[in-house]
Amino acid sequence: MSVYNQNRGGIIQIIIGIIFTLIIGQLISLQIFSNKYRLAADNNAVYRKIIYPDRGIIYDRKKKALLENTISYDLVVIPNEAKEVDTAMLCEILKIDKVEFGKRMIEAIIKNTRVKASTFEAFLSAEVYAQLNENLYRFPGFTLSERSIRSYPYNTAAHVLGYVAEVDVNFLQKHEQDGYEMGDYAGMTGLERFYEPILMGQRGVNRFLRDNKGKIQGAFEKGIYDTVAIAGRNIFTSMDVEVQQLAEKLLQHKIGSAVAINPKTGGIIAMASSPGYNPNLLTGNQRRKTIGRLLLDTARPIYNRAIKGQYPPGSTFKPLGALIALDEGLITPSYGYNCRGTYGACGDPRKCEHHNPGHASTLQLALANSCNSYFMQIFRMAIDNPEYHNAKVGYLKWKEYVNAFGLGRKLGIDLPSENRASIPDTAQYNRDFGGAKYWNSCYMLTLGIGQDRMTATPLQLANAMAFLANDGFYYTPHFVDSIENQDEEDNAMLEKYKIKNEVTKIAKQYFEIIKEGMHDVTVMGTASMIKVPGHEFCAKTGTAQNPHGKNHSLFVCFAPKDNPTIAVAVVVENAGFGATWAGPIAGLMIEKYLNDTLTKESKVKAENLSNVDLMPAAIKSWYVRNNKTEMLTAIEYSNDAIADAWDMEMLSEIAPVKKIMDTAKKIDSLPKATPPSKPIPSTKINKDSALDPLNKKKKATAKKNVKL
Amino acid sequence: MSNYNNNNFSKGTDFAVILLYMIMVAIGILCIFMVEYNPNLNWSNSFLTAKTNYSKQIYFALFCAVIAIFILLMDSKVFTAFANILYVLGILLMLATFVLGKNINGSKSWIPIAGVFNLQPAELCKIFTALILAKFISKPETDFSKLKSHLIAGVMIILPAILSVMQHELGLALVYSAFIFAMYREGLPPLILVFLLSFAILVIATLLLDPALLSIIITVMAGLFILNLIKKFKRNKKAILVIIAIWGICFGTIRYTVPYIFNNVFECYQSTRIYSMMGKEYDCSKNVKSANLSVNKKAAKKPDDYNVKQSKIAIGSGGFWGRGFLKGTQTRGKYVPEQHTDFIFTSLGEAFGFVGTFTFLILYLFFLFRLIRIAERQRSTFSRVYAYSVVGIFFFHIAVNISMTIGLFPVVGIPLPLISYGGSSLLTFTVLVFVLLRLDADRQMVLR
Repeated sequence: MSVYNQNRGGIIQIIIGIIFTLIIGQLISLQIFSNKYRLAADNNAVYRKIIYPDRGIIYDRKKKALLENTISYDLVVIPNEAKEVDTAMLCEILKIDKVEFGKRMIEAIIKNTRVKASTFEAFLSAEVYAQLNENLYRFPGFTLSERSIRSYPYNTAAHVLGYVAEVDVNFLQKHEQDGYEMGDYAGMTGLERFYEPILMGQRGVNRFLRDNKGKIQGAFEKGIYDTVAIAGRNIFTSMDVEVQQLAEKLLQHKIGSAVAINPKTGGIIAMASSPGYNPNLLTGNQRRKTIGRLLLDTARPIYNRAIKGQYPPGSTFKPLGALIALDEGLITPSYGYNCRGTYGACGDPRKCEHHNPGHASTLQLALANSCNSYFMQIFRMAIDNPEYHNAKVGYLKWKEYVNAFGLGRKLGIDLPSENRASIPDTAQYNRDFGGAKYWNSCYMLTLGIGQDRMTATPLQLANAMAFLANDGFYYTPHFVDSIENQDEEDNAMLEKYKIKNEVTKIAKQYFEIIKEGMHDVTVMGTASMIKVPGHEFCAKTGTAQNPHGKNHSLFVCFAPKDNPTIAVAVVVENAGFGATWAGPIAGLMIEKYLNDTLTKESKVKAENLSNVDLMPAAIKSWYVRNNKTEMLTAIEYSNDAIADAWDMEMLSEIAPVKKIMDTAKKIDSLPKATPPSKPIPSTKINKDSALDPLNKKKKATAKKNVKL
Repeated sequence: MSNYNNNNFSKGTDFAVILLYMIMVAIGILCIFMVEYNPNLNWSNSFLTAKTNYSKQIYFALFCAVIAIFILLMDSKVFTAFANILYVLGILLMLATFVLGKNINGSKSWIPIAGVFNLQPAELCKIFTALILAKFISKPETDFSKLKSHLIAGVMIILPAILSVMQHELGLALVYSAFIFAMYREGLPPLILVFLLSFAILVIATLLLDPALLSIIITVMAGLFILNLIKKFKRNKKAILVIIAIWGICFGTIRYTVPYIFNNVFECYQSTRIYSMMGKEYDCSKNVKSANLSVNKKAAKKPDDYNVKQSKIAIGSGGFWGRGFLKGTQTRGKYVPEQHTDFIFTSLGEAFGFVGTFTFLILYLFFLFRLIRIAERQRSTFSRVYAYSVVGIFFFHIAVNISMTIGLFPVVGIPLPLISYGGSSLLTFTVLVFVLLRLDADRQMVLR
């Protein structure tokens, strides 16, 4: 039979061989040439639990904690386990209705799937926490989870400290290399942002094995991949919390800023910006309520005017102008200008506050009396310095001096988004006047008295005083003196704050003359009514014209005269004379710092000053119009929106700002109105953040169905 | 004949097969242990308590060992003598399930015996069918080169298969196609294999491609053949008819047979599985069976490829060296459903990686080739046919089971022989192997 001549057994073997080869081929492709299955397996089964370390604490110079960590509780739910919940009771405790309950459940499922924990309600109040804790057995699937939040025992220095918030998608994209994850908290502004790597510490990760129902089976690989959480390190600043509080108090009901620096170290003693807010309002569940209101406030309470506000320095610039003229050898201390109340050398006469002859007969007198004509004259002399033959070259030389004094450039303070303010470039004047040959010193005459296009931040002004106090050098202003367990890397970071900035070699005797002149200001000049008990000090008032309304009141000073340990700059917007408003504030700050306490009279003065309301009318009327803004608080803002607002420049001349100041407390006390009928686009914002790509991915991998 | 009654059962027994058999069963118990391992329990105690599946499997294995020894001590003639009766008994048992059947995992194919043990007659029927097929072909009056004999053999095979389908055990029914090996060996024309292969390719092509496009391709191919061979047709007019007939069958398959099978024969979930293998979605509303059901169960739409996905993740995550004994996260986390039975291969693949799976396959290949060698050395047709039936059944189970875990074949409930958990299945394969060994021990005899 033919069958027996064929090797049919062999053919069967070949068929079996082929099928086995196919199977082995597929196994090779699955097990050797693709690693996506390994990832998928880890996605399935390895549950990473992040352990958040405590953030570092920020201390002032006397080791008082400017901020602390406190525990807050969140109500967390695992939807799959939430069965037979006493919904009615839960709703009653949380003060929500059943529709809202259902909505939050669905939100939780969308965000983190049914088997993972999601926050049901964050930042429970003590009362709600107690109620929930007592009745938790009625709500299976719900747990209370701890979380550490910031608190501010002194309610102060909000702008400097910044705040901590949950990272959003944008933040994650920007800091891809830093290992942040959804749900992490990070410093968003201020010192919290600048020293984030130090304050945050190192997160610990524990890996667990999770079964198909999301239940934890035990440690993954016996915990060999687990890392321990390392607490954030504390930082020690040069701030003085009492001076800071005093400065904030004195600036109440005013718009402005005060900065105090220790010239010996460059350490910032106080930095206040008004209006401000209570930093406790941006933690926990109050954040949602507060942030919208702060952002919409036309007085911009979250804007740090001390490093961002650009103010014409006005007469406070005069000592620096004099220093330039002295150093260039254009004048001697005995140089006088016969001012009769106007400066007419450039045609259009400019006013001076003084008429009596001889009020500017020496540099010292001119400083004490703040003679405009004198300083416009020496400014012109500097620009038209015969040594340079050309006004442009002269101007550039002058600008070089000014920049060396720390104006018109970023100082490098340890806060994010410092503003450089403005010392104009020749290019700007070329553009303004149609070319280099069309302008001369007369065209920017008022630069000599700190007007025209010259602006400076309060920080720069205070730093310029530190420069004068030190006779020609300054340390870059900074907050942080030292870091707990400081290492090499930290040293490198803090290195630049230990370097003397000694750019100009100006003879010491010139500084003496300027100091004498500024001392005269406090004795017989414009600031003679401001006294610091027990100390001689040097000062200069400023009353800067500005396009936004009434003159700004400025005051710069340093004390004590002979061995200065504090340099202060104060700006009060649209308040009037420098000596009237800014001066006393600076004086009281110095007194507090040097004497550690205020005299009885000073205390009364401080109390009175803090009650004076210098808010511009436009802003007051904005509050009256908008006190029905309760609705806006429901909107959740992304951190970016806040950062944008933070970064906004001072408004331009075209659109005059309505500035206002008030403390957050005052806003709180505003009468509450009924919510508007018109819906707010808040839902859209929320949705976007809830459906970020990361979550989508998680959703996709977690989708499963067990059915053979 | 003289020493055939010898009580020494080791005489002529193929110990290589017994060794491989024992290795396989041991691997099986190990795999089941990996699936069920719980670090919180004291596993050394639970080995003997019969509360866990691996412990039960050990008892099953011991029981099978007793049966195996019993078979080896039997007389070979018993198998030829009782082949017919056993087959009839098997069919009757299968029919009995429709009355006495117990519902396990949605199929009513189990008969509870004394409330302790569940018997699956369909499993036993595989042995009985192998025996009766061997008996039939080995009869002197059977000429297996004739179509009539093929048809009779076909009926013998298809009868239990149909009963299995009626019990909703598609997997078990498919196993009966494994007898094609034995029949092929005994003289089934290779053309039938070619025909079946072409049919399979055509069905897959129908699923993959648009039916209209495929029809055009088939038509164009037929046309090209006719054009190409036009000169030959002058001599042989039949050829043109053959080509047209083939074209007609293909066209009918694409247009009517395949849709009919998927819409009317298969259940909705089966069609869905096969479609999802091809990366396509099956529209259940077309399915006649689901249309009847859908009145009660509307929300039956579930992602049907979850099993395969998790199974592939488990095997793929093993990588080259594997994740290590008891370290597979897919296994520990119980992500693969039915892992101790139909998807047992995944625990092996995850723990020991490609090295493990490759070694395992090579071991099984040895086993199969050894069985083929045994088959070829038989003097009696009965033993040879039976041996090839065993090869076919084993091979079909292995190929289909492993292919479905790695996504090469739709998911059908077929256990991996000797490895998967289950007493019925282990017993069946044990009996299959040891009956063969018993027959092989008497390979010099001519059994009828």
